[in-house]
Amino acid sequence: MRIRALTVRIIRQFVRDKRTLALLFLAPLLVLTLMNFVFNGREAKPAIGVVGLPQTVETRLSQAGADTAVYGDFAQAEAALKDGKLDAVIRMDGGAPSVLLEGSDPSVSRSVMLTLQKALQADSSSAAALHVDYLHGKEDLSTFDSIGPVLIGFFSFFFVFLLAGVAFLRERTTGTMERLLATPIRRSEVVCGYLAGFGLFTLLQAMLIAWFSIDVLGLYMDGSIWLVLLINLLLSLTALTLGTLLSSFAGSEFQIIQFIPLVIVPQVFFSGLFNLDTMNEWLQKLSYVMPLYYGADAMRGVMLRGEGLADIQADVWVLLGFSVAFALLNVVALKKQRTI
Amino acid sequence: MPTKMSDYLHQKGGLLLSTLTESARSSSVEIDGLRRSFGERAVLDGISLRIGRGELFGLLGPSGSGKTTLIKLVTGIDRADAGEVRLLGEKMPKLAMLQRFGYMAQSDALYNELTARENLLFFASLYRLSGRKRQERIEAVMALVDLTPHLNKPVAAYSGGMKRRLSLAISLLHEPELLILDEPTVGIDPALRQSIWKELAALRDGGTTIILTTHVMDEADKCDRIALLRDGRLTAVGSPDALKAESGTQTIEDAFIALGGGAQR
Repeated sequence: MRIRALTVRIIRQFVRDKRTLALLFLAPLLVLTLMNFVFNGREAKPAIGVVGLPQTVETRLSQAGADTAVYGDFAQAEAALKDGKLDAVIRMDGGAPSVLLEGSDPSVSRSVMLTLQKALQADSSSAAALHVDYLHGKEDLSTFDSIGPVLIGFFSFFFVFLLAGVAFLRERTTGTMERLLATPIRRSEVVCGYLAGFGLFTLLQAMLIAWFSIDVLGLYMDGSIWLVLLINLLLSLTALTLGTLLSSFAGSEFQIIQFIPLVIVPQVFFSGLFNLDTMNEWLQKLSYVMPLYYGADAMRGVMLRGEGLADIQADVWVLLGFSVAFALLNVVALKKQRTI
Repeated sequence: MPTKMSDYLHQKGGLLLSTLTESARSSSVEIDGLRRSFGERAVLDGISLRIGRGELFGLLGPSGSGKTTLIKLVTGIDRADAGEVRLLGEKMPKLAMLQRFGYMAQSDALYNELTARENLLFFASLYRLSGRKRQERIEAVMALVDLTPHLNKPVAAYSGGMKRRLSLAISLLHEPELLILDEPTVGIDPALRQSIWKELAALRDGGTTIILTTHVMDEADKCDRIALLRDGRLTAVGSPDALKAESGTQTIEDAFIALGGGAQR
């Protein structure tokens, strides 16, 4: 009954607070949409200057997807490269083709090299064409498709962490927590009430984000939507319990913000957005203490590789474990407010 | 406050307590050798005090003298480093005892986004009131503090005085036999202060024990007994008249200075 009263109160407060509702529900959609535009843009055509090469080579380069421009001499082409009009210049140098890359953006350099390779491979057309199939994903899988699952998990985590932390803190700084604890409510009932009240909005948020990114943004999706929702909900619960727990150690809203570089940002690095294979092995192990690592792993498994519950159950258990542990710690941390 | 309910509680309390000691029967709060320090600083030291049933008892002292800390120890929100507190015969802190007293904190701990009714519903449910009973109690306490017309207004639209009265109404919801109020009239205009005191006197006459803190000297005159608190120590306890007589002064303010050891440290 007390838990229900607390849950109802939190829901009522939430519904009155339109800005916070907007932050919880619209902000993740906005950021995901922007991310989609940034990472889903069609591959830019590399601009390649051609100096003294046969016409056939230039045609092949165009066919391979390059914007080609023919220059009379190398100095001219080099000037164009310096002006930023070209990404690379190709010429014959002592009988062999030689490439000068602009080089400041590795992704552009890679794209130039890829195009050149394609053009040169087409040269040896005698060899049988290589047939390519994909175990997971598809040929035109974009960067956004690949990092999208991680981003969905991250935004659920981040916004819920922030809101839960601030809400729980505000209850303390406005004195209502002290008042609340002067009633016969148990500390565990306080934590459960918060979990239930915020959990509801968290669930709605998880559903909205998943639906939006898959159906509206067209994120690549190979697995079950229910598993995506499950993982998202678990991630949000972890964020909720962690946020309320850490808010016990913050004195103001500003100090909650200070937890972001300490708690949130490191998780982003270890979440699988960046490849960690080259990192020091014991540093890699740090990811084992980061909830987002498990969430991102499961999300990618389901969305990109179509994994089932059996494949991701380890992640599910770990996330559940995090939530339970943080919630219990929170019950203990409330002793700071009331000793019984 | 309906007199009948308090009478009932008194009868019931009397029966239960008949087996207990004489002091427990007549005291609602017993404090023995209480000490509480934060770090090196002792905020309360050597506090011993008896507060009788049905008394309107004032804790008087300047800010920083330890009034709120003492209140927190009595309510069981905080734990003492030494000594003990018995509330209605039970050793504190004890969770079940939080049901037995009403509490009004120094700051108005209200949810501003919610209406007065929603605030009352929430706290009533925490005290396990439900259904018709809850509805009746909400109406009764709002009538008592004269806020019935504002029941469905959001608290954010309340004035400071209205918030204070709503806080008082919340503390009365579950008809507690003991009321603990931390600075109930701070920041309230004189007319309203008078009306709150009238309500408190009516509650006391209905049999409710009331303990309150104040740093306003003329309010202390309205209490049955007062305790003077200074730098974490009790300097005197007694009725306002007795304290004035003891110190040979005309006002509580003078008595406070005389009994508190003269000039402040």
